[in-house]
Amino acid sequence: MQPKIELLTQDLIDRVLDEAFQLMMNPGIKVQYAEARELLASAGCEVDESNDVVRIPESVARKALETVPSEFILYDRDGNPKINYGGDHVHFDPGSSGVSVLDPETLEHKAAYTPDLVRIIKVAEMLPQYDAQSTAVVCNEVPKEIGDFYRLYLVLLHSKKPIVTGAFSNDTLETMIDMLGIFAGSREELAKKPQAIFDVCPSPPLIWSKFGAGNLIELARAGVPAEMVSMPLAGAAAPVTLLGSVVQHAAESISGITIHQLAKAGSPIVWGGAPAIFDMRKGSTPMGAIETAMIDVSYAQVGKSLNIPTHCYLGATESKVVDAQAGLESGMSALVGALAGINMISGAGMLDFLACHSPEKLTIDAEAIGMAKRMLEGVSARTETLATAMFEGINFKGDFLKQRVTRELFSEEQYLPSEVIDRDSIRGWQQAGRMDTFARAKIRTKKLLDEYQRPEMDADKEKELIRMVETLAKKAGMNRLPELE
Amino acid sequence: MLEELFKEMAQSILDGDDEVAAKLATQALGEGVDPLAAITAGYMLGVNEVGDAFACGDAFLPELVMAGEAMKAAIAVLEPAMKASGVSREILGKVVIATVEGDIHEIGKSLVGTMLTSSGFEVYDLGVDVSTDDLLAKAEEVGADIIGLSALLTTTMSKQKEVIDEVAKRGMKVMVMVGGAPVTKEWVQRIEADGYSEDAIGAVSVAKELMGIFSLNDKAEEN
Repeated sequence: MQPKIELLTQDLIDRVLDEAFQLMMNPGIKVQYAEARELLASAGCEVDESNDVVRIPESVARKALETVPSEFILYDRDGNPKINYGGDHVHFDPGSSGVSVLDPETLEHKAAYTPDLVRIIKVAEMLPQYDAQSTAVVCNEVPKEIGDFYRLYLVLLHSKKPIVTGAFSNDTLETMIDMLGIFAGSREELAKKPQAIFDVCPSPPLIWSKFGAGNLIELARAGVPAEMVSMPLAGAAAPVTLLGSVVQHAAESISGITIHQLAKAGSPIVWGGAPAIFDMRKGSTPMGAIETAMIDVSYAQVGKSLNIPTHCYLGATESKVVDAQAGLESGMSALVGALAGINMISGAGMLDFLACHSPEKLTIDAEAIGMAKRMLEGVSARTETLATAMFEGINFKGDFLKQRVTRELFSEEQYLPSEVIDRDSIRGWQQAGRMDTFARAKIRTKKLLDEYQRPEMDADKEKELIRMVETLAKKAGMNRLPELE
Repeated sequence: MLEELFKEMAQSILDGDDEVAAKLATQALGEGVDPLAAITAGYMLGVNEVGDAFACGDAFLPELVMAGEAMKAAIAVLEPAMKASGVSREILGKVVIATVEGDIHEIGKSLVGTMLTSSGFEVYDLGVDVSTDDLLAKAEEVGADIIGLSALLTTTMSKQKEVIDEVAKRGMKVMVMVGGAPVTKEWVQRIEADGYSEDAIGAVSVAKELMGIFSLNDKAEEN
């Protein structure tokens, strides 16, 4: 039995949805993309062209909700099914769109460049706890106009795992779909067996920008999964109450689904987000606050009640270094997300409100994720009797270690952490150098990087990918692609 | 009697009550009270108290923002009277702030505006998605000392450079400070911005520095 936590009663879920539908009529949703407004108008929505506000009736929205797939699969580069977005299946990926990386020696936050993203990809590839890669950081040496697909190119060169990514514009989205199409064989093949999902964000409160709505439509038509990332900031860009923010999340997400399904009914889309409370002392957006996790759990429940796959941002911290705050915020929130049964949990590896990435933290967070996944496995009756058979011959001595069943089952009963988690005696710990978690993580990260090998890739496909990126980079004024190391 | 009125004015700021603040301002004008005195001896005491409380963690952003709104309401009533008599309140500088074109994130910018106003700057907040032309037109119109630019997307950050280049091209004597989550020190150096802060509180210090205003603390550190 997979353990689960829930925060909302069915009654509250109904009230959330009811008020979301109310908001979608009054004040309505601002849709800053003409084609999206046309789709909504044709479906029977009232559009005010003077301010881009659309009133979406519940009946129109409900129709769209009915055609959303309740689950879909992401495949790896070899075409194997890897991620089940649906039900209470839980997966984790590194957070994305960081702008800096943590220098493990100086602890400075340095602007991220190509070798930094490559390092993150390699570490995430080597850690089985991560079900997907993400386009984790922006590479600062690359022109902004090609920044999004350039990140994807680096992931494609170094990894086989499914990818969580996002486009910065409607044009580059096309490029990114084409890049994935190279590996899938064609855009049609890609739609049948998607290898990547694209994050698309509404703007709080209740706004779908030109680029957000445009992305939704393009992704729907291409049959490439879309992951909405609605981000109410409770008390600043959304109501101060957790429930108020959950309602805003629902209104933004339902209106996004409506646009998406009107573009192509049946295309896959995810009820995702990255909300936070607004810290009233510092004016910041703590991802590690327990209330942030509570908003996520709550909106996920609403999405599940509608039979829609879910996503969230948890497993991150506002700490600037990998310290106790980083550990407790990332670990606790990752566990909460897992217990809520959220299909994709993004955020691991990140510090400083999702601005900074750290491969060493990725290594540590992998342990928290391993523990969370072990928790989800629950307790199983692996033996015929729960205990009585194992007591035969024990004769009041603690000799269970000698039993065959112990040898057979210990690795199933126990999640086996890496050396990042210290369980040594104090003498052993002292002899090993008195290292703290971060020091152990640095060693393990270096080992993972040394052991990493680029996955085998179809040489022709690789050439085609590089050629595509080189051509587009030249157009943006970059005559040579940056070095990878 | 006047003391009572000034106390009430300060209290309206502490309470964050813009209606009462405006009412008291109107009352003051009606009674022939010097508008500048109303600000310096009345409202500003409330602003300072909220600012101090916030700085030591006893007051929070909602109180600060509401205090800012109440102050704005009082000034809206008093300013025309001051202009008419040729008096102006002492301000540390004029700042035009905006979120750059193509970007609609505004909380950080609005917080900076509130903090700057509370600290004695005159702030013109143009909102979001503001074109470079509109921004510079406003800066010229009000005689801005500083332009503050916010960008939250890596794709819109380049507009900050565009504004700085345009200011140089037009030979405008205005300083530009930038901010926003993706803004890094490298970026700030690359675009040659005059100032940068990672948060709203820091922005006030930067703005003061740009205006050549140093606090006693700064002077003490230098010595």
